[in-house]
Amino acid sequence: MQLIACPWCGEREEIEFHYGGEAHIAYPEDPYALDDEQWAQYVFFRDNPKGPFAERWVHSAGCRRWFNALRDTVTHEFLTVYGIGAERPSHTSTAPAAPRAKGQEASR
Amino acid sequence: MNTPFRAPGHGHVDRDTTLSFTFDGTAYTGHPGDTLASALLANGVHHVADSIKHGRPRGVLAAGAEEPNALVQIEAPFPEPMLTATTVELYDGLVARGLSGQGRLSSEPDTARYDTMHAHCDLLVVGAGPAGLATTLAAARSGARVILVDELPQPGGSLLGSQELLEGAPAKAWVDEVVAELDGLADVRILQRTTAFGHYDDGLVLALEKRTDHLGAAAPPHVSRQRIWRIRARQVVYATGAYERPVAFDDNDRPGIMLAGSARTYLNRFGVLPGEQAVVFTTNDSAYPAALELADAGVRIAAVIDAREEVPEHWRTACDERGIGIRAGHVVTGTSGIERVTRAHVAPFGHGDLGERQGIDCDLLLVSGGWNPAVALFSQARGTLRYDAGIGAFVPGEALRTVRAAGSADGTFTLSGCLADGVDAAWQALSAISRTGQMIALPTPAPLPEAAPTRVLWRVPSPQEGLDGVLQFVDLQRDATVSDVLRATGAGLRSVEHVKRYTTIGTAHDQGRTSGVMTSGIVAEALGVDVADLGTMRLRPPAVPVAFAALAGRNRGELFDPVRVTALHPWHVEQGALFEDVGQWKRPWYYPRPGETMDESVLRECRAARTGVAMMDGSTLGKINVQGPDAGVLLDRLYTNLMSTLKVGRVRYGVMCGVDGMAIDDGTVIRVAEQEFLLTTTTGNAAKILEWMEEWLQTEWPDLRVHLTSVTEHWVTIPLVGPRSRDVLALVAPDLDVDNDAFPFMSWKDTTVAGVAARVCRISFSGELAYEINVPAWYGITVWKALYTAGSEFGLTTYGTETMHVLRAEKAYPIIGQDTDGTITPQDLGMSWVVSKKKPDFVGKRSFTRAENQRDDRKQLVGLLPVDERVLLPEGAQIIATSDIPAPPVPMLGHVTSSYRSDALQRTFALALVRSGTRRIGETLYVPLDGRTVPVTVTDPVLFDKEGARRDG
Repeated sequence: MQLIACPWCGEREEIEFHYGGEAHIAYPEDPYALDDEQWAQYVFFRDNPKGPFAERWVHSAGCRRWFNALRDTVTHEFLTVYGIGAERPSHTSTAPAAPRAKGQEASR
Repeated sequence: MNTPFRAPGHGHVDRDTTLSFTFDGTAYTGHPGDTLASALLANGVHHVADSIKHGRPRGVLAAGAEEPNALVQIEAPFPEPMLTATTVELYDGLVARGLSGQGRLSSEPDTARYDTMHAHCDLLVVGAGPAGLATTLAAARSGARVILVDELPQPGGSLLGSQELLEGAPAKAWVDEVVAELDGLADVRILQRTTAFGHYDDGLVLALEKRTDHLGAAAPPHVSRQRIWRIRARQVVYATGAYERPVAFDDNDRPGIMLAGSARTYLNRFGVLPGEQAVVFTTNDSAYPAALELADAGVRIAAVIDAREEVPEHWRTACDERGIGIRAGHVVTGTSGIERVTRAHVAPFGHGDLGERQGIDCDLLLVSGGWNPAVALFSQARGTLRYDAGIGAFVPGEALRTVRAAGSADGTFTLSGCLADGVDAAWQALSAISRTGQMIALPTPAPLPEAAPTRVLWRVPSPQEGLDGVLQFVDLQRDATVSDVLRATGAGLRSVEHVKRYTTIGTAHDQGRTSGVMTSGIVAEALGVDVADLGTMRLRPPAVPVAFAALAGRNRGELFDPVRVTALHPWHVEQGALFEDVGQWKRPWYYPRPGETMDESVLRECRAARTGVAMMDGSTLGKINVQGPDAGVLLDRLYTNLMSTLKVGRVRYGVMCGVDGMAIDDGTVIRVAEQEFLLTTTTGNAAKILEWMEEWLQTEWPDLRVHLTSVTEHWVTIPLVGPRSRDVLALVAPDLDVDNDAFPFMSWKDTTVAGVAARVCRISFSGELAYEINVPAWYGITVWKALYTAGSEFGLTTYGTETMHVLRAEKAYPIIGQDTDGTITPQDLGMSWVVSKKKPDFVGKRSFTRAENQRDDRKQLVGLLPVDERVLLPEGAQIIATSDIPAPPVPMLGHVTSSYRSDALQRTFALALVRSGTRRIGETLYVPLDGRTVPVTVTDPVLFDKEGARRDG
């Protein structure tokens, strides 16, 4: 039973949380400018890296707030948690930390 | 009363008190402080059970949790299967029998209580032996919050089973002194009879405390029998000791063959002499104290067989003084005896070749192949292990950030080393959490001469040609032998994990404590590789068997899962309703009258709703209050249709989709005020939809000024349904103009119902004229009863979820999650009308134009009428095109999602998802059922009142 540090409530057991998938995937600015394949990239495709991964969590059985976390997918260790609007922290990441513009994911 | 094998002046059992017990039908006695195993041995009982596969007599090999053989079934006072006799504390009236591997669950319900405790600490110390006590004391004196758990009834660990001196006095004096100090510290908690069995993430350690097992029938009923401790520790020190390892030789499994250290424990902790004449077979120094102490207590040591060529002089001297002969460079090659060992066969074993054998009579054969640190929990914590070739064992590698091992668990085997290592571990642990450990004065053990190296020996070659390893047992519980291991490697297996699964070694209750490392050694020899490279089996929780009852704790029966009931629940119970579980909710399913079958009840309830008036408890409907200036914007983005244009006082039906365009929920939305909406969700979906809405609001559109609140339980919701519902409502809501023009379909009014402020919506989930009466939950029962009374002259009938389902299915109102499966769009449900063409975008819209969504062979919702009107199709039944079932793979066209008997239609009917369903209307398809196929006609899904003529009454 892992502890997850909710940015608002502090450390709580993982059963209080729900997982929200990869972070920093913005809803495309204009979905109708995307062809089906680009749209499918947004809807269905996510990264699955080995190592630090930015993902979203929600403290469902607590404050009900969503937040971002950087988690190592090898050890499951939470490296850091940060706000939904915030950029992915670069100091713990192995990948370039350039923030993605809205809609950009769909064409990557 | 005296038993023949008690040594006077030894042990910590209370000889002034006698306990009676029965084993395999024979009555015996023992004393408080005994285990069942020690009491049996004190009575001269060595044969405990026969082995599971070969039926070979087996005895007691060890004195603790590592025991592979002596499994027993407790019959009284409470039946319990599969316990090791070495860990069962003796109590008066115990009735047990030996087990051949498999126990039998009790058929009686377990009336004992089990519970759970949560605890937090700076430092958790596991094991109250010399190292663990030193760790605890050093940490506790610094003011840290410390929990010490220990599996034995009393602290001391290995000190209880030895005659070692500290400061010239028996070690127990030091133990008592330390424990007395710890007991006086408020931040120290000592839990005896408590076994840590699992190490999980972030310092969570689970431990099992046996609170009243040792009291037998005298256990007070109000005290929980066992308790699971969930301990969150910032730092953990495993001072779990070490397990002695046997050596494999022919017929090494007979009763009377025992680990040397365990025999020493039986003497010193229990005052038990495990035999009269012993042969001691060792590969290291540790068996000598056992031999000497047993000799001093009166056991004749026929010989010490030391596999090493060189025996340290001080051991030789001590043996000479007692007339014990040592045969250096010898091994035991086999044994004789059936229910008890009678002779050990020994032979010189120089450089891999056995010399001439000779038999030595004995009734006890003590074996020591060295010691394996107890690393199960350290390993569970993902600590790495390192092979130490000097002792032939795996020891903890680097300490982890929050977990470390101390004492013999860390590969330190001298008493002074264990004490120092314990203090060191405390300091390191405290330093890791920025605290400083205290210096403590350590007691000085009696000086020991330098230890001589161990001869690492996994097995002795079999002296009998053609019998190589067949009678050399590795895992005694699984009856797995050296030849089984060799068969595994012969079959090409190279990993000990694979060998474990092939041979089942290490999979029994003892987790291979006496067999795991030996297996690695034998595999390494067979493959010609280094044990260090081969590694050992990974150890997983639970480290000891734990009863499911203990893990469940209080979460059983009614407390297994939270039960949610509505404010009207007691009334339903009083009326004899049967209930259906919907999520955690208990919902009335139907209200049978005396003598009615379920079918009869439901048909009656349906008839009342369609021809008279009926009402149900709809309070479980999920309700979400949406407030704020941008409330309409948020709803427009999440529903497929337009909500912002809804006028105050009006109601609209809406569907939500995922980004993939698939329907995820539906319900009604009412506009309460300009900046306030109230929406309903499917009962089981309420939490999910609230989370879904929050997800978009918080992560995608945080600029929207909207607040979402769950108000499900604030309201009691009563659908009042049927042609006479208007008459009933008029009686209880005198202020309300119930005329169809004044109060039209899909509108709502605030009014007074039965004297209670109420919100009445004109919506219908049945197709009939219907009202949904909402009142604050506190007043729900008053209003419900008033409606019931007012309705009596119209024959008002209460109905449950089953009738609700029939009524809505007759009208093809889908249940999201029953008639859909996450791959169904609103269009597939025949509800294109609910999808806005005007809105530029909403969640799901873009996906509707994907090629996949345009296919004309998508599954669509249709009605099915079985040609035989009496046949009720099972929900989930598959649908095929032909009356004969073709050869597999059978092309499936879809499946039945809802199926009922209809009073209105006077026949059975179903809803189904069928490929190209809409195009197939009028076709006959087939449903395989009980080995035949049932013909069904595909129809429009709306089977009743297609024109919607009934909704206005």
